[in-house]
Amino acid sequence: MSVTAIPATGGAYRAAFEAAARAQRGPGWLGTARRAAFERFLELGFPTPKHEEWRHTNVAVIARGEFTPAPPPDAAAEAAAEKFLAGSPFAALGGARLVFLDGRYAARFSTPGALGAGVRAGSLGAALAAGDAIGEALTREAPWSELAFVALNTALFDDGAVIEIGRGQVLPEPVHVLYLATAAAAQYLQPRTLILAGRDSQASVIEAYASLGEQGVFTNAVTEIVAEENAALEHARLQQENLASYHVSATFARAGRTARVALHALTFGGALTRNDVTAVLDGEGAEVLLNGLYIAGGRQHIDNHTVLDHAQPLGTSREFYKGILDGQASTAFRGRIVVRPDAQHTDAIQSDKNLLLSADAVASSDPQLEIRADDVRCTHGATFGQIDAEALFYLQSRGIGAEAARRLLTFAFASDVLARLRCAPLRRALERELFHRWTGLEGDGEA
Amino acid sequence: MLEIHDLHARIAKQADGREILRGIDLRVKAGEVHAIMGPNGSGKSTLAGVLAGRDSYEVTRGTVRYQGLGGELDLLELSPEERAREGVFLAFQYPVEIPGVSNLYFLRAALNAIRKHRGLEELDAADFLRHTRGKMKMLGVDDDLTKRSVNEGFSGGEKKRNEIFQMAVLEPRLAILDETDSGLDIDALKTVAQGVNAMRSPERATIVVTHYQRLLNYIVPDFVHVLYNGRIVRSGGKQLALELEEKGYGWLEEAVSAGV
Ligand SMILES: Nc1ncnc2c1ncn2[C@@H]1O[C@H](COP(=O)(O)OP(=O)(O)O)[C@@H](O)[C@H]1O
Ligand SMILES: [Mg+2]
Repeated sequence: MSVTAIPATGGAYRAAFEAAARAQRGPGWLGTARRAAFERFLELGFPTPKHEEWRHTNVAVIARGEFTPAPPPDAAAEAAAEKFLAGSPFAALGGARLVFLDGRYAARFSTPGALGAGVRAGSLGAALAAGDAIGEALTREAPWSELAFVALNTALFDDGAVIEIGRGQVLPEPVHVLYLATAAAAQYLQPRTLILAGRDSQASVIEAYASLGEQGVFTNAVTEIVAEENAALEHARLQQENLASYHVSATFARAGRTARVALHALTFGGALTRNDVTAVLDGEGAEVLLNGLYIAGGRQHIDNHTVLDHAQPLGTSREFYKGILDGQASTAFRGRIVVRPDAQHTDAIQSDKNLLLSADAVASSDPQLEIRADDVRCTHGATFGQIDAEALFYLQSRGIGAEAARRLLTFAFASDVLARLRCAPLRRALERELFHRWTGLEGDGEA
Repeated sequence: MLEIHDLHARIAKQADGREILRGIDLRVKAGEVHAIMGPNGSGKSTLAGVLAGRDSYEVTRGTVRYQGLGGELDLLELSPEERAREGVFLAFQYPVEIPGVSNLYFLRAALNAIRKHRGLEELDAADFLRHTRGKMKMLGVDDDLTKRSVNEGFSGGEKKRNEIFQMAVLEPRLAILDETDSGLDIDALKTVAQGVNAMRSPERATIVVTHYQRLLNYIVPDFVHVLYNGRIVRSGGKQLALELEEKGYGWLEEAVSAGV
């Protein structure tokens, strides 16, 4: 421990861990890993802004809080879930739907549906309890030895989604995983998601987070994704929690030979959000798209860290992040691109563009290139700007009011990020939501 | 309809900057077409921009009276959108690309803002399509173009055509066309002229800013003015355009400095 860490208040977490360890079932190796991860978490402590990777995000509110596990949902929580699922445009975006209420699989609200042989989508906790084979990808893809939050999740998670798409399986509709939180402040959720896309398979998975109440929960999520040879996998992470929530997430994806993996990070909610995305291009000719949109107002803080690890030749990565900041919001983006010596003919493009709607909002952007192969194309760029004056005048000169024009241009700024979502129901829901948010009108700005 | 008196303007934020418009006087009546010609840099776009309310210019002297829907207005007091709602339209010399805003949505929002100002009912998507269909056809604007983002990836000709299409849909009372003919081949030029001529009416006025006489073969003006170094140095009938074409802009310098 050093100045770069705040000691984890061991007491509450220790008690929770020991209780969980007694209750949790699963393979022996997992129990061993959990205990090791927990001890490591206590050693690491929570990072402070002196820690290089946490320069822009101060998690003292999380480190100093005495968080306890969220209790099982009560009748009020169930009623809130029912209401959300009946009314929200984000309630049903796919075929199969897995709902987790305060961290626990809610069979009552879930419709895993008929996914067919060779596809599994369900509760990870239930699969572990039943002794189902999960495979070693769980905990292998998310290295916890240097990452305090990943270690904490590894030690404490007890449920989440497991989605396994068998070899050659093509899912016509997305699998929609919904993590709904009703828990109280000072309670935590540690959801764990595991997505395994077999060779030649094709699927979209939406992993969405929403709050049903006013209270702010601390969510610490870990997602592990493996796309085997020639698989096409789209994963959209949607964070729409309330403005009292703290949300830390880490997503790890591995793309095999000629696999195509798209990871969308759509962050709109939360008082404080930190997303880490790590994608390894681990087979020749793999393609990875990191597509992000972060929208922050008020005093929201959103920090996106991404790592694109080109480990094999002929990989292509495209990274397009965009931020829209208002009020006194602050955001940070760090995009690291690593090109390993073997990864010749890598083609990597990264950009982070920020639209600042207020003079008090602060965005920072920090590309980091670590290139150890010589025959590569690697470009990056960051921009920070206001609404384009010429475009604004053009709209006004046609009769559109200045404020309406500004809002329309704000929507337009986000539109190319949304257009990259192949998953049409999610794309349409987001277009309508954001169009309404900025213009106050119904529709999607199309006609 | 429009009365410009002793108009002076300079670039805003350049407090000590020189004046670009140095005393413009111009009267345009309803039903008339005025052509403003002049060499590059003479101030044509500045004049057009000042009339439309572009805030990168600062008016340092002079007045602009405009006959609005409900009576005479001090045009310079109005925001750009208020001017548009009162019937002023500027076809941009360099139309702006706006990625992410659909052309059709943009135009409907504009039309509805104008209609609302005039106490008319707003049009829904279906009504709007009915309203525009004929105009698209007349101007050779195809469906595909209207669905794309505003001007994004349009060719030069497509952009200019889109300006005239917008004018046809918004039906302004005072249209100012800033070099809409530049960069157009002859067929596109004829289409644009046809669009402008179709709008000519006793209630409307048009100011055609152009560098070349060619356009005026198709849009025949009632008056031609020559803008030079921020001032109108000659005004006359349509034959003035022919004279300019013949002699070029070179003779202006001599004529002006000789005080003719
Ligand atoms: N935004 C600007 N900043 C600096 N100079 C400008 C700007 N706009 C116009 N000018 C200058 O003002 C003069 C007139 O320009 P403009 O009105 O565009 O002329 P025209 O349209 O007749 O070619 C030119 O000398 C031009 O360089
Ligand atoms: Mg010009």
